[in-house]
Amino acid sequence: MKHLTVTLAQAAGLAATMGAGLALAGTAALAEEVAPNAVQYGEYGEVETSLTGVPGDAEAGAVIAGSKSKGNCVACHQVSALADVPFHGEIGPSLDGAGDRWTAAELRGLVANAKKTFEGTMMPAFYKVEGFIRPGDAYTGKAGTEPLPPILTAQEIEDVVAFLETLKEE
Amino acid sequence: MKRQVIAAAAALALPFAAGAGPDDDTLVVNDEIEMVTKAAAPEHLSDVMDEIMSGWHFRSDETQALQMDDFENPAMVFVDQALETWETVEGSKGKSCAACHGDVEESMAGVRAVYPKWNETAGEVRTLNMQINDCRETQMGAEPWKYTGGKMAAMEALISVQSRGLPVNVAIDGPAQSVWEKGREMYYTRTGQLELSCANCHEDNYGNMIRADHLSQGQINGFPVYRLKNTKLNTAHARFKGCVRDTRAETYAPGSEEFVALELYVASRGNGLSVEAPSVRN
Ligand code: HEC
Ligand code: HEC
Repeated sequence: MKHLTVTLAQAAGLAATMGAGLALAGTAALAEEVAPNAVQYGEYGEVETSLTGVPGDAEAGAVIAGSKSKGNCVACHQVSALADVPFHGEIGPSLDGAGDRWTAAELRGLVANAKKTFEGTMMPAFYKVEGFIRPGDAYTGKAGTEPLPPILTAQEIEDVVAFLETLKEE
Repeated sequence: MKRQVIAAAAALALPFAAGAGPDDDTLVVNDEIEMVTKAAAPEHLSDVMDEIMSGWHFRSDETQALQMDDFENPAMVFVDQALETWETVEGSKGKSCAACHGDVEESMAGVRAVYPKWNETAGEVRTLNMQINDCRETQMGAEPWKYTGGKMAAMEALISVQSRGLPVNVAIDGPAQSVWEKGREMYYTRTGQLELSCANCHEDNYGNMIRADHLSQGQINGFPVYRLKNTKLNTAHARFKGCVRDTRAETYAPGSEEFVALELYVASRGNGLSVEAPSVRN
């Protein structure tokens, strides 16, 4: 578990000073994902540790947040940065400025399982795989078998978190 | 409090949102039938909402207009077809619907408004569709129709038309009560990987946009509905099935005991609205 708390900056620094061989080994260790059931939520629902150890890609995160088959965050949230994606919903608050209001750890927790932050919220948990009532096989209407695949992968969550961090109040 | 938060969010989202709550238009069909499309919530809902509203208020002006004139309403073609079926002899007993019920306008007036309802002989709550199939099997010796199929939806529409403008008035007490309670429990249960209940969308968020969709109260006083999207009549159970599936859940079968209970409950949330079927939706 400990190695996962090594920050990316540290890892990169380590890799730079210690040479290619070690850097590879480092990547392998960091690539160990935190499984959905192993995520440690803090008191307010925050998740301090990266789910993958690989830095999120904000651009990829923007695509995930806007696409129906992935995060589909715009189904419920208005996001000015995604103005080119048609039809933003109004179920949840606007995500503009989310990067000012929340830390990366809080955002990670919100995307992974927002119910740990907001009890009873309508927002779905994107990194939860069991404990559902009548779990289905995606959108087929057929029964699914738990554990279900999470709606977003660990890296997709890191990407969305990176994107959310870019949402600053002008 | 919750609604205030949502309202604030809605205001923020304004530049992107197409809809802003239900409209205040009035629905008069054929310049003749005045529909009650907004009414005080029935007593059993009074702790969660003040007013119930037809799904008609949440549709665009163009879609709304299609429902105001039977010559414009694409669903009426199916009503005409069902009128032919009404007169057609089928099954081993050599009977048509008309053989037992005579003129549909007379015999079926007011029927839709009280369905689903308790059937004493059968000892069960019956939807209109169940009753139609029971007539086909028991009285006519004919094959039952597919629960959500075209023939069924058309016959349901024909029968519903005879109650247009009358207030929905399904009974929820007496022997139907336990079924109604089961339906209510389903309405508030958060299913599937998205963990959403009917109430999340249709009670807490009606009037709000969910992506491109303007959420209504999910009332069924207009069912069966003609949808421009699939250009056919759609039954309430087909709609339920779609909504449950969209929560990434294992859905229920149309005609199942569960959906019958849910239909009774959802119908009762519309007690007081006019029967509008067949209505038009996008
Ligand atoms: C079905 C609706 C729904 C979807 C889909 C959804 N959310 Fe949310 N979200 C909400 C609601 C509602 C809240 C408000 C929390 C509450 O009080 O319940 C919220 C809150 C948030 C917040 C906190 C906002 C703030 O600044 O206070 C963030 C950040 C967030 N969501 C991000 C996302 C991201 C990223 C996605 C997609 C990966 C997403 N949401 C998908 C409904 C949704
Ligand atoms: C994720 C959101 C969501 C959930 C959960 C949901 N629905 Fe819907 N429902 C919709 C949308 C979107 C529409 C189309 C727009 C509208 O009429 O509200 C719709 C439409 C309907 C309609 C058609 C209303 C009309 O006037 O044409 C009915 C009836 C309905 N829903 C019932 C239900 C029931 C019953 C449940 C629970 C089993 C449910 N819905 C759960 C999103 C949802």
